[in-house]
Amino acid sequence: MSQVDSHLIEFLLRQGDNPLILGHRTSEWCGHAPALEEDIALANTALDLIGQTQLWLSYAAEVEGGGRSNNDLAFLRDVYDFRNVLMVEVPNEDFARTMVRQFLFDAFQVPWLTTLQASSDQRVSDIAIKSLKEALYHLERSSDTVIALGDGTELSNDRMQTALNYLWPYSGEFFGEDDTDKAMEKRDIAPLPVSIRETWNSTVSSTLDTANLIAPSDPFAHSGGRTGVRHTEHLGHLLATMQTLQRSHPGAQW
Amino acid sequence: MYAQSIRSTGKAVQSLEDMSAEDRQFQERINRGEKIEPKDYMPAAYRENLIRQIGQHAHSEIVGQLPEGNWISRAPTLERKANLLAKVQDEAGHGLYLYCAAETLGVSRDDLFGMLHTGKMKYSSIFNYPTLTWADMGAVGWLVDGAAIMNQVPLQNTSYGPYARAMVRICKEESFHQRQGFHIMIAMAKNGNDEQHRMAQDALNRFWYPSLMMFGPSDKDSVHSAQSMAWKIKMNTNDELRQKFVDATVPQAEFLGLSIPDDHLNWNEKTNQYNYSEPDWNEFNDVLAGNGPCNTERLDARKKAWSDGAWVREGMMAHAAKKAERKAERQAV
Amino acid sequence: MTTTTDEWPLWEVFIRGQHGMSHRHVGSLHAADAEHAIKNARDVYTRRNEGTSIWVVEASAITASSPSEKGPLFEPAQDKVYRHPTFYDLPDDAGNM
Repeated sequence: MSQVDSHLIEFLLRQGDNPLILGHRTSEWCGHAPALEEDIALANTALDLIGQTQLWLSYAAEVEGGGRSNNDLAFLRDVYDFRNVLMVEVPNEDFARTMVRQFLFDAFQVPWLTTLQASSDQRVSDIAIKSLKEALYHLERSSDTVIALGDGTELSNDRMQTALNYLWPYSGEFFGEDDTDKAMEKRDIAPLPVSIRETWNSTVSSTLDTANLIAPSDPFAHSGGRTGVRHTEHLGHLLATMQTLQRSHPGAQW
Repeated sequence: MYAQSIRSTGKAVQSLEDMSAEDRQFQERINRGEKIEPKDYMPAAYRENLIRQIGQHAHSEIVGQLPEGNWISRAPTLERKANLLAKVQDEAGHGLYLYCAAETLGVSRDDLFGMLHTGKMKYSSIFNYPTLTWADMGAVGWLVDGAAIMNQVPLQNTSYGPYARAMVRICKEESFHQRQGFHIMIAMAKNGNDEQHRMAQDALNRFWYPSLMMFGPSDKDSVHSAQSMAWKIKMNTNDELRQKFVDATVPQAEFLGLSIPDDHLNWNEKTNQYNYSEPDWNEFNDVLAGNGPCNTERLDARKKAWSDGAWVREGMMAHAAKKAERKAERQAV
Repeated sequence: MTTTTDEWPLWEVFIRGQHGMSHRHVGSLHAADAEHAIKNARDVYTRRNEGTSIWVVEASAITASSPSEKGPLFEPAQDKVYRHPTFYDLPDDAGNM
């Protein structure tokens, strides 16, 4: 390729950075979950997400063609070069926020990866097919958990509602649209995110209904993550932790 | 090793002649190599000892998640992160299998957690040491898992069926853990730069003696082994296993180009094994008494996970009850 | 409905692999109800292998024999050699069975 395909790279970074950052957050639970069974299940989710990251970022690095690896992309970029949505970088806080976030994310990923299976780009399609299998199970598990804890006790309902209220303004960013999105649509690599908004809405509202949880009515949406324009302060701390070895020992092999 | 701090009854092992008919039959079954199953007759002391031993073993697995979990968020590559996470997840799984084995003896998992949280039950002393650099992930896998495997392989033949079966499963999954650790050590000590080599040596320096302590006190000071060995819930003496560990590990350290922090270490032509220095048993006793470098942090982390998770466990149960109720109502209509 | 602090009940897990003939006991776990137990079993015991069939039974619903009472329940079968696979001599070209 003579010219760098910057839109495709941007798209692939968005695809890879979401599971990278969410996988990192989810892995923070290891050894600290409310029950052994949940500990093991969360680790499985995190492992799936890390695996997806490797596929997307490897492809991004290949398209970039500058000799960087998926690890270089994960461990040697700074905040402003990350393209994940803000929702995945906010701290876990508690099991409620962790599971509501997982659910809101899964409810997006499932229809999104479903459409990406038909991508005109074979690699995108292949990665989507593999990731979708995992996302379907994640959604099953996270929606069950949201329903159980929303329905459970007064206290558990309250914790889940608090989490939902906090996360809701971060959910609109899934459906952002810019030149990259338009370029991907034009080339049949990916549809516009807004095209799956209805599906997301219906999954989310039916699950929240069953869970006795109420979606906030304020339509305000934070943005700046998937464009890299303005991340939250949390991402810098996450990267400082995650990248510490690669940053303090340049060039070392591990 | 998971019986590191099990108190002895202080009594000598009874001879078959002195036993009650039931106890004699029980002991003879064990002598014949039969497995004892949950509903079989067993002496109260056998049951109590097993609950403590399996419980401490289970606790060691889940507290053992913490020192390595400490580095999941700082793993240097995506592959290392996934491998370490999978490994620490296995430890949770091993804890789960072992708690289930203990539960067949009539104790609940929540009770066992309660005893861990109140300090009534212990876990292996090794997990009270800090993990300070990435090389510690190598050292823990190589040395700590290496020591654990020495202990766990023979336990596959322990007399209590559910414990033995849990150990079979654990040993099968454990096979990649030590390799994973050694692989990290190779990358750092053999193929790494000077600073990585230094980190690897530092990790070995800090984990060598605590690893030797994992096997428990020297046989001459270990008064409670005899009964456990007669019951086949302990298969080898502490010193036997420790020697086996030293003999296996020294050549591995040489391969890595690392030196064992023991000036008295040398090969004994007569015994065909290494002479080595004993660890500082005062330090061992301090750690068991709660004064290790990380005792407070480890226990606090477990207690926090448990109390922070209470609303989740209760919420799930309440939902299950409501769901069952609604189902019953629907069926009644 | 009152909240409960009861422990999640214990479940026994049985799995039949994709090409397996029957469900095999693989272990136990804790879960709030059967659906939760199935999901936990998938995460704990299958690591999400596709094509596995999972049964869960609440442990309290299982009645077990006492293995050491090797009385009438077990001995007669020992006599019935036709129940043992080695009783049947198979021609070599029949392959493994």
